[in-house]
Amino acid sequence: MSKQITAKTITDSEFFYGHKACAGCGGSLAVRIALKVLGEGAISVLPAGCMSAVGFNYPHLCFSNNSIISTFAGTASMLTGVEAGARAVGIKNFKAVGLAGDGGTADIGIQALSGAIDRNDDILYICYDNEAYMNTGIQKSGLTPFGAKTTTTPSGENIHGNIRPKKNLFEIVAAHNIPYAATASIGDLKDFMNKIEKASKIKGTTYIHVVAPCPIGWGIPVNETIEISRKMIDCGLWYLAEYENGQFKLNRTPRKFSSIKDYLLSQGRFKHLEDADIKILAAQRDAKWTTIRKNWNTTEEEL
Amino acid sequence: MTKAFLSGNEAFAEGVRLARPQVISIYPITPQTTVVERLSEMVENSSLKSELIHVESEHSALSCAIGASAMGARTFTATSSQGLLYMAECLHYASGGRFPIVMMNANRSTALPWNIYGDQRDSLSQLDCGWIQVYVEDAQESLDMALQGYHIAESPLVSTPVMVNLDGFVLTHTYETVEIPNQTDADRFLPPFQTKNKMSLDNPKNLAFSVGPDNNMEFKYLQHKAMLDSKRIIEETDKKFAEIFGRGYGGLTQGYRLEDADYILITLGSITGLCREVVDELRQNGEMVGLLKIRFLRPFPDEDLAAALGSVKAIGVLEKDISFGYEGTVYTNVNSVIAKNGLRLETYNFIAGLGGRDISRENIRAMFRHLQTGGQHVNFIGLGVSIDE
Repeated sequence: MSKQITAKTITDSEFFYGHKACAGCGGSLAVRIALKVLGEGAISVLPAGCMSAVGFNYPHLCFSNNSIISTFAGTASMLTGVEAGARAVGIKNFKAVGLAGDGGTADIGIQALSGAIDRNDDILYICYDNEAYMNTGIQKSGLTPFGAKTTTTPSGENIHGNIRPKKNLFEIVAAHNIPYAATASIGDLKDFMNKIEKASKIKGTTYIHVVAPCPIGWGIPVNETIEISRKMIDCGLWYLAEYENGQFKLNRTPRKFSSIKDYLLSQGRFKHLEDADIKILAAQRDAKWTTIRKNWNTTEEEL
Repeated sequence: MTKAFLSGNEAFAEGVRLARPQVISIYPITPQTTVVERLSEMVENSSLKSELIHVESEHSALSCAIGASAMGARTFTATSSQGLLYMAECLHYASGGRFPIVMMNANRSTALPWNIYGDQRDSLSQLDCGWIQVYVEDAQESLDMALQGYHIAESPLVSTPVMVNLDGFVLTHTYETVEIPNQTDADRFLPPFQTKNKMSLDNPKNLAFSVGPDNNMEFKYLQHKAMLDSKRIIEETDKKFAEIFGRGYGGLTQGYRLEDADYILITLGSITGLCREVVDELRQNGEMVGLLKIRFLRPFPDEDLAAALGSVKAIGVLEKDISFGYEGTVYTNVNSVIAKNGLRLETYNFIAGLGGRDISRENIRAMFRHLQTGGQHVNFIGLGVSIDE
């Protein structure tokens, strides 16, 4: 097993700093950490979205590695061009990396992402998932979970927020038979960092789906971003897993879930949920875990 | 130099091969499809060394080309009609980012109603997207403008993408004898792509950024100025091309029998050949007629037009386009030159060939008669059914 990246061994160099992200922003942490792992050879493509909005305001440009904003739908297609172009002009030791939000990935960008995976372009695509279009004011995306209140799925007497479950993008990506895909969370940075490191060494398309809460959109205090990310894993509404060589592997299998109600009701976006709604979410979680435990391999040492 | 019997598409593909693009993103759409088929064959048989990328949409085709261009690679893509419209967002993106991509567009009607035949509504509807737009007349000009396109686009003064427009089917699918330059001459004409507007590991950059109200207008002004400056580069490019290859096109416009002409028809693209024949025929009858082919619609050849139309009695603009609710877009642009220069002449618009409707020799004769007798300003040519029913 190769040497693990830890808080002690990660570089002190910063590649994304001086930006205007909100206090407690999970997305900016995910991007910062990803670039620290990838280093100066990273050529990042970010679509129109939170991170480009906070980091690319001329003349205030916040990436010290090569970085470019793509069209909203065009993260993966521009990544393809960047990778091919870099190779064509003879650049060596680079990694083309996409850093896109949930809407830019699962909704408007899914066609281009699917195309890039289909071509098996040598790129790393990281989706930082804050579960809604946060940059534009908290509108529902395809990755907004059931029950969440957003500005386009208000909670009222009749409808209690978003009525559809979160799209399962990790498995949609895996279904392309991608060389490597993983889920991650900023609640477990060591796991996230090492998945980036692993993905960056694999030839072909790789994908990491990292949950990165948005305090504004989730309705949590700005100092609880990491804590809520951990609660989300502990209560079973997120899981750390990998897809490699055609196999799913669960990295962490909680023996017992922590309280889903506690996770939900500590966030403003779920405050309106009634017990019946929470039961629906718990049932969805349990059904998912039944399938996972039945079909996926597990990493025993991390139990 | 060799000679070959090629379609407009194939001729264009030969021009692209000679330009040595390093990245080509392709998505099939009729009627440009055979361009990308020929390029694929060239990569297969090693006559072209290029990264050939099969993207999944036109939006991605251009987005991919922008990414490659941002790494300093010479890039090519091709499209037509709905495809051009689907990539519209990226059209503005490429020009705003000053990425000198060359793209072939096969001019084709836009839905609805669906129609696969040629007219120029696709590219004319994108006239304001910041691309240099050139309209070619025949297969030879297609090949030549693939090469010239890169020379113009990549000029540091210009650094603006170029869209080369070929009339769908009429030009893309008809065959002519074409001179194919040799690679040595092509290389002498078009040196490798050099730009500062790129990312590199030695000199990291942040590209395609946001610019607020404080500076945004300056970026847009510089984009506009580059397009205006490209007029000079277009003329110089054509001269250099003529010196090396022995043929030129006159730059932004190309006139025919304009001397002492009282009545001039203004054209775009492949219909010009037939119009030239009608001019010859009418000249034989003693009619003082001439022809002005607009090659570049952006930048717009306003000086050329003002100079050519100074002592003319009437002009007609023949175009395969209608801006619904007004008139043809080319006509509006031409009239602006006439107004700004205080020219005193009558102007007429002939909207023809929409959805591939044939434009006949007799139609063109009738246009010249209209210029002489006067009449309605905006005329639809060859409407076959009563529009009152």
